[in-house]
Amino acid sequence: MMGWIEPHLLALPVLVPMMFGAAMLLLGEQRMRAKVVLGFISVCLLLYCSLLILQRTAQGDTSVSVYLAANWPAQFGISLVADQLTSIMLVLTAFIAMAAFFYATAKWHRAGVHFHTLFQFQLMGLNGAFLTGDLFNLFVYFEILLAASYGLLLHGSGAERVKAGLHYIAVNLFGSLLFLIGVAMIYGVVGTLSMADIAARIATVDPQDRVMLEVGAAILGVAFLTKAGAWPLNFWLPASYGAASPPSAAIFSLMTKVGAYVILRLSLLFFGVEAGDSEGAFTQIILFIGLATLTFGTIGMLSSQTTERLAGFSVIVSTGTILSAIGFGDPEVTASALFYLVSSTLGIAAFYLLLELMERSKHFGSDLLAVSLEAFGLERSANSPEEDLSDTDPGVAIPAAMALLGLCFIACTVMLAGLPPLSSFLAKFSILTAVLNPVGLTENLGAPLPGTSWALLILIIVSGFTTVISFTRFGMRTFWTHEARQAPRMHIVELAPIIGLLVLSIVLTLQVSPVMQYFHAAAQALHQPTEYIQTVLSAQPVPRSGGQP
Amino acid sequence: MEIILSIAIAVLAASGIWLILRPRTFQVIIGLCLASYAVNLFIFAMGRVSVGQEPLLDGQRVADLSQFTDPLPQALVLTAIVIGFATTALFLVVLLASRGLTGTDHVDGQEIEE
Repeated sequence: MMGWIEPHLLALPVLVPMMFGAAMLLLGEQRMRAKVVLGFISVCLLLYCSLLILQRTAQGDTSVSVYLAANWPAQFGISLVADQLTSIMLVLTAFIAMAAFFYATAKWHRAGVHFHTLFQFQLMGLNGAFLTGDLFNLFVYFEILLAASYGLLLHGSGAERVKAGLHYIAVNLFGSLLFLIGVAMIYGVVGTLSMADIAARIATVDPQDRVMLEVGAAILGVAFLTKAGAWPLNFWLPASYGAASPPSAAIFSLMTKVGAYVILRLSLLFFGVEAGDSEGAFTQIILFIGLATLTFGTIGMLSSQTTERLAGFSVIVSTGTILSAIGFGDPEVTASALFYLVSSTLGIAAFYLLLELMERSKHFGSDLLAVSLEAFGLERSANSPEEDLSDTDPGVAIPAAMALLGLCFIACTVMLAGLPPLSSFLAKFSILTAVLNPVGLTENLGAPLPGTSWALLILIIVSGFTTVISFTRFGMRTFWTHEARQAPRMHIVELAPIIGLLVLSIVLTLQVSPVMQYFHAAAQALHQPTEYIQTVLSAQPVPRSGGQP
Repeated sequence: MEIILSIAIAVLAASGIWLILRPRTFQVIIGLCLASYAVNLFIFAMGRVSVGQEPLLDGQRVADLSQFTDPLPQALVLTAIVIGFATTALFLVVLLASRGLTGTDHVDGQEIEE
């Protein structure tokens, strides 16, 4: 069986969720158990495929593999391309999807219709955006993931979600229009949409057309920066992510990373070493936007009054750190930024899932002070938006639940602030090391550091510090208050995904040497895109009579 | 013809952006529609404007863009129209839900106090 599936491996991360999502559409809302089983099979298959692709890029003779979907050469047809960066993102998506899926099966998937279907289509869009090899399909996959995310954001309904959804949809529709303008301008100059082909032709563009090309790329960049949540285009982010149901918010933590991924890929592919006169056209701008985003996120964190907004601003801090690291345009810094991207996404997803469990304990103490706890028993607060769910099984009381939640909260704080011993610390530390020693410690003695390096250094340390302050504030309010609190009741499947995501980060920390080696290889490949371009452009269609399916 | 096309795109885009910045949800959705028309025309213009040229090769003339019109932007516009239509329909549903839940058509769900 494996021999038959092997040549089509790259298409599976897109096809599997599409098939399962479509199959779920045919099942009625009453067949929840069947949907859960289908969804479970789908996320398991996705994880397996992503790990296979990771293994292929790590061990194969070439790190880039190409799948020509319609059997046309990549310049003319649709192509899917997997290199190291793609496989990192695919594996990360699969793990977070699994965590969000299990969390949702406890309760949230009953809060509205078609949760599982939308969830699968969201995964299809995410995987497709990571895999696709041409700009227009990137647009199509972006629309798929955005359309699914509109549904997921509104999942559970309520005035707050609809209001946040209205803003979110309007911003993203306008972002998509900018995306189209950028794609059209690049096509108008270069005459192709395949990313590898564009990269190969950029050096030969006429100087008078180059302005138009760069304007097109800049408009495209604005669209991606909006989706990545970069300042000043991120005002919508804390409100809409905070309004989403926890499993949706966990999967949304990946969506900002899609924006960061595309900026990383396209800025280095189009304006990297192959670009001739346009080399490094946007690195400075990306750096400054990243620094501004980091500052904005840091200030926003301190001013947050609710945990949802706090989580939203930690997404922005994470985006800011990644963007400013990309802006340095140095392979060492990029490798560390990839490591940071993975660890911070794990931390944010775990935090979004944890938030609701923490709120659950809070309802008994702070919101119902006037009412005796015994009278209410273990019912949820009556004015909570999820009151229609209170007839479902609220779960079992896990022994020492508060202690476990507290431990998870501390782990999330450590992850997002970048404190030792978890993987975010190593990531931030290696970003700082690479920024401070661009040519190695011994050769750099005496040479003054540029101001931007100091700015990044200070901002990263300050943002970590404010993360600790704001998270500790909320932690003390939740776990250390004198109010009588009852242990929250929860399902094992709600706690397990959070612990799983945190364990993943511990694994990353313990295996840091091979992981960093892989990230270094990924960053090298991004900064030297020759192999990517060559492999994609020389991919041959399968001959018709060759017996290949 | 280039002048007419570019004026059309400019007028559509300008009215679209003006409407998007208005405070009523219905104005926003019409603005998004107009802006997407402008973008679709723009994609079309990026494939070079020509009159009476066929997009399909007929095997008699030289396969060159001076003899034929570029078929790719047409395919792109078609896709963009379909996707834009679907997302606008979805936005319309959210707009109605917001109107029903908040009782106002202001984008923030509440009227500004004078």
